[in-house]
Amino acid sequence: MSDYENYAKGSPLEVKVISKRFGIPNSASIDVYLQHDGYKALQKALGMKPDDVINEVKNSGLRGRGGAGFNAGMKWSFVPKQSSKPKYVVCNADESEPGTCKDRPLMEYDPHQLIEGILIAGYAIQSQQGFIYIRGEYRYLMEIVDRAIEEAYARGYLGKNILGSGFNFDLCTHTGAGAYECGEETALLNSLEGLRGYPRVKPPFPAVVGLYGGPTIINNVETLSNVPHIILNGAEWYAKLGTPKNGGTRLFCLSGCIARPGVYELPMGFPLRRMIEEVGGGVLGGKKLKGVIPGGSSCPVLTADEIDVAMDYDSVAKAGSMLGSGGVVVLDEDTCMVKVAQRIAKFYAHESCGWCVPCREGTAWLKNLLTRFHSGAGVEDDVDTGLDVALNILGKTLCPLGDAAAMPAISIFKKFRHEFEEHLRLGRCPYEKRTVSVA
Amino acid sequence: MSEANSKSPFAILDQPTRPDDAGRPGPYPRSPALSPRVNPQGEAVTLTIDGKSVTTAPGTVLIEAARQVGIEIPSYCYYPGLSLQGACRMCVVSIEKMGKLQTACTTIVSNGMVVHTDSDEVKNARKAMLEFLLTNHPLDCPVCDKGGECELQDAVFRYGAAETRFLETKQHEEEKKFSSLVYYDRPRCILCYRCIRVCDEGMDVNAYGIGFRGGLSVIIPNRGEHLECEECGMCIDVCPVGALTSGTYRYKTRPWEMTHVGTICNHCGDGCKTTLAIRNNQILRANNRDHSGFNGEFLCAKGRFGWDFVNSDQRLTAPRIKRNRQLESGSWEEALSTAAARLNEIIAKSGPDSVAVLGSNHTANEENYLLQRFARTILGTNNVDHHRTGDFSSLVGALTAANATDRYATMQDVFEASSILLLGSDPTHEHPLVAYQIRQAVRRHDARLYIVNRAELKLRRQASLYLKVEDEGAAVGALAGTGAASPELGTLRERLSKENDTVVVFGDALRGEQVTGLVRWGLTLPGKSRFVALGDYANSRGAADMGVLPDTLPGYAAVADAAARARFESAWGAEIPAQPGRNARAIFAGIESGEIKALLVFGSNPVRSFGVKPETLRKLEFLFVADLFPTETAEVADVVVPAASFAEKSGTVTNTCGQIQALKRTMRKAGTRSDFEILVALAAQFGANWPYRSSEDVLKEIIAQVRGYAIPLPALLVGGAVVTRPQGNPPPLERADLIFSARDSLFTSGSISRYSWALNSLDEAKKPHGTIF
Ligand SMILES: Cc1cc2nc3c(=O)[nH]c(=O)nc-3n(C[C@H](O)[C@H](O)[C@H](O)COP(=O)(O)O)c2cc1C
Ligand code: SF4
Ligand code: SF4
Ligand code: SF4
Ligand code: FES
Repeated sequence: MSDYENYAKGSPLEVKVISKRFGIPNSASIDVYLQHDGYKALQKALGMKPDDVINEVKNSGLRGRGGAGFNAGMKWSFVPKQSSKPKYVVCNADESEPGTCKDRPLMEYDPHQLIEGILIAGYAIQSQQGFIYIRGEYRYLMEIVDRAIEEAYARGYLGKNILGSGFNFDLCTHTGAGAYECGEETALLNSLEGLRGYPRVKPPFPAVVGLYGGPTIINNVETLSNVPHIILNGAEWYAKLGTPKNGGTRLFCLSGCIARPGVYELPMGFPLRRMIEEVGGGVLGGKKLKGVIPGGSSCPVLTADEIDVAMDYDSVAKAGSMLGSGGVVVLDEDTCMVKVAQRIAKFYAHESCGWCVPCREGTAWLKNLLTRFHSGAGVEDDVDTGLDVALNILGKTLCPLGDAAAMPAISIFKKFRHEFEEHLRLGRCPYEKRTVSVA
Repeated sequence: MSEANSKSPFAILDQPTRPDDAGRPGPYPRSPALSPRVNPQGEAVTLTIDGKSVTTAPGTVLIEAARQVGIEIPSYCYYPGLSLQGACRMCVVSIEKMGKLQTACTTIVSNGMVVHTDSDEVKNARKAMLEFLLTNHPLDCPVCDKGGECELQDAVFRYGAAETRFLETKQHEEEKKFSSLVYYDRPRCILCYRCIRVCDEGMDVNAYGIGFRGGLSVIIPNRGEHLECEECGMCIDVCPVGALTSGTYRYKTRPWEMTHVGTICNHCGDGCKTTLAIRNNQILRANNRDHSGFNGEFLCAKGRFGWDFVNSDQRLTAPRIKRNRQLESGSWEEALSTAAARLNEIIAKSGPDSVAVLGSNHTANEENYLLQRFARTILGTNNVDHHRTGDFSSLVGALTAANATDRYATMQDVFEASSILLLGSDPTHEHPLVAYQIRQAVRRHDARLYIVNRAELKLRRQASLYLKVEDEGAAVGALAGTGAASPELGTLRERLSKENDTVVVFGDALRGEQVTGLVRWGLTLPGKSRFVALGDYANSRGAADMGVLPDTLPGYAAVADAAARARFESAWGAEIPAQPGRNARAIFAGIESGEIKALLVFGSNPVRSFGVKPETLRKLEFLFVADLFPTETAEVADVVVPAASFAEKSGTVTNTCGQIQALKRTMRKAGTRSDFEILVALAAQFGANWPYRSSEDVLKEIIAQVRGYAIPLPALLVGGAVVTRPQGNPPPLERADLIFSARDSLFTSGSISRYSWALNSLDEAKKPHGTIF
């Protein structure tokens, strides 16, 4: 039984790898998982040398699905072979980026796929302990994942001497408490240690000094869910699904003004225009497209003219935005871009941890400025001031949240300046429906 | 520290629980990697900063490397010695081959690095950070305590902030009183987290945390609404802006209206350098302004706030002379001539040994030196002693006997030590600076701390090994192989045998033979082991060094030693009685029995510190007291003269490590005289014409006459702490109970602290002695 339909109506254009078990009744149970190739990759990996596992993942071109898109196998290879402190695998399930909702079905419908991925990662770096850090609002998912972990222990896929290989691995979940910033890897580590979720100074990177000072790899749910398929089918197979250096498929979360919103698994490099028009069924209500946020709220907005782009990390970067977390937000002609900027600024001001000056003060300033501006109290200088504030945040913060706040704002100030001017001219928001009172 | 460890009396902790180690929960991230260890021994690194080539030790952060060649990179959250934050982003610089600007406070130097600190990009970034900091800042500089010495103000002056573009409403929040001595003003706070770190990493108190998040972030006490802490005020000291202000100083003055005089704290025996700030002949503030000296910015609650006894309106300002059983005001002339007349009378009638003198452990070396000279050559008695709080004589004797007088450890040695053995003292309460230095050694230099003590103590958190014993003396015997050793002591001995250059710090629990045994055994440890004896007050060490002892002349020469006597006799042109005098206990017994008929007390309150009953003192025919306050002892005196405090005189004091430093006169208190002036005048009353015009004349004589004090005067006069290395053959401690443990807490220091409003205003001061925060 499954209510997977809530997530997507599905599309014939999809290439289902990690979502292939979605929709199968009881797909979260270990029995169903085992019936569908479950834990075969683990068996295979345990027969390989740990370094060969790392190389396989490296060569597959699997890039981090959490946002930054770093080659996963490469990250694993930075973990020192010898370490006086224990090594850890941490799964980042803090999914909080507005527009992003793909880790959710991965944990809801296929938690064993994730567990298997974590186990293989653990074997690859020779760690014996993993953690899944789940955002506070996903408590119901934690129950599903916890149940799956229990099943895996019961069947000997977790614990001591897994599948008779001599490899030991323990895994448990940990809940966040509602801070977006705790998705940032080092803030996550602090939070996991029971400290405030402030990010750490890097270097040293977590692969060298991470959780409790031990070498630690941190990967997104989707990244780790891909690992069993790579091991089972080979790096070459996986790489070929996507574009050069961008292996595999990815879950795209289509939302906003779109006819068929949902989570779709599409090959890396899938064209954005087709994604909107064919997979998503076009702009909702047949309206005109105004812009697209291609990878979650942290990314610069692409205008309607800029959507002829292949959805892989490098192509989207070339187009001046980011593939980010795969959250594709479609904005139609009735959308007020000042309001979009204000709404995004509000989110980041609320979520800034407050540790560093430019983000703490800058995001609040942006939010206040844009709120005032949108309410009709803007002044001419606001557009330049706002842009400058965002530029002053950019590249100067301790963690990337500051950049995440600055980049969408900068793109909107620059690409939609005329909308700001329209607000100034009218003294109100041109998009807001106004009831005219008759005297 | 685990539950199990905190319960067991004996704990071996293989990992020192360093405050910056991950693992101990706290309010903000700690990571060992955030405090890089500079390795002066490693191969030097060469880089280029603004075109200048810089060669420095590996592990150095860029901001320090730049400072080494005079390039200043602005910073707020960076604070030398505290963990790195990367929070204020003021220190951004551009490094070639790196895309983004980098923070100089977190970047470790590497060979070939090319750094620019003054490019337009960098300058604009700095300006932007300042603009951000000022958005919610109240800009109330004209009424802010910090105005004129504020790092934010300075940076705006230097780097400029654009005219304000911030049109939004500033956040406001009311000021909070964290304690009677610490106030917090959120709008002024720039959230550099220095206060949090100095409290946690420096003090190991961890009283501060952060509340809320983002723009609403605020500094809060970690436990409840108010600070529960050691009240050292370090947080106020390190705060770059006027966000944390001092309960004793706030809204009193502007910094530039004060005169600043560097001198030495007059409370405990550690000898912190401090700068007293004076306006209108009142002390308004104490902080070690230039961070010079072995205490850097450190001062404890007593040093930072407890100077206000000097300003107290209970100070004696006129001599008081007993007439018709009543103490009445009189002139200095009358007081001193009365004293001389009465003393002459008593000596004529009952002999010089019917008179006794008690000195002070707060007065200057010069005064102590003159006091014993006065007793020995003018009164003609060796009945001179003081409130002894540590057994310095035994340390000097043992090191001299072992021909090892190069083994006195200095305060810096404690800070730099790689291994420290602490016995029989709780420095957190009795020697705050020693405790601080020990914590720094552990945190910053990975030192191992070994503790043998009868009581639980806070420093245990830093210890690799803590041994709770019934009796430290017995433990020393066992360590030295003369007593029964437990397996635990065996482990300790084993561990120490693998250390090098251990610094042995011992308190007043060890006396006489125990000290001798400890030193003898300690000298057999590998490397150059060194020793510190802890004595409680500002010049406890100096009082002993200057021979305010019945059997010991200045420089630990035995009174019984004819050659030593002859040396001082020729210097003073007067005879010294050959017979050692009465010690403090014998003096009080003599008063009881009627053998002692007159007593002179300088800067001491025997009713409190020796527990002598006022009734006993009333048996005296004549009691003379020189003091700052109408103490219980002064109340029963026949003549009381008002003495000058440490702030009102010049001279030198010697700290518990034997480092001598200069006191500088900062102000005058009308009506008072220094003990130096009192003694010279009193000697004149007896017809002696002492050749001293100033205390410096006495110091010159000390340098010439006192073994171990042949110090270079200039080094002292420029504010240095000069090491003395006493060498002598003092007689063994007559009886162990001649050491009177002072058991002062963080908020008390004998009688004078009773006259400090600041110290007595603290809730913490009302807690039982030894409370750990
Ligand atoms: C503010 C902020 C929030 C983040 N939130 C998440 C998140 O919710 N989930 C996630 O997987 N990565 C998140 N990241 C990215 C992580 O820091 C990290 O790059 C990622 O977990 C690495 O895994 P990957 O390489 O598999 O993508 C966030 C980054 C930042 C700066
Ligand atoms: S950029 Fe924002 S979220 Fe990141 S450390 Fe700075 S204040 Fe915190
Ligand atoms: S109170 Fe002062 S020291 Fe503490 S964070 Fe604020 S500005 Fe920094
Ligand atoms: S530690 Fe001692 S010398 Fe230093 S400030 Fe405190 S009382 Fe004064
Ligand atoms: S001083 Fe470098 S970030 Fe604050």
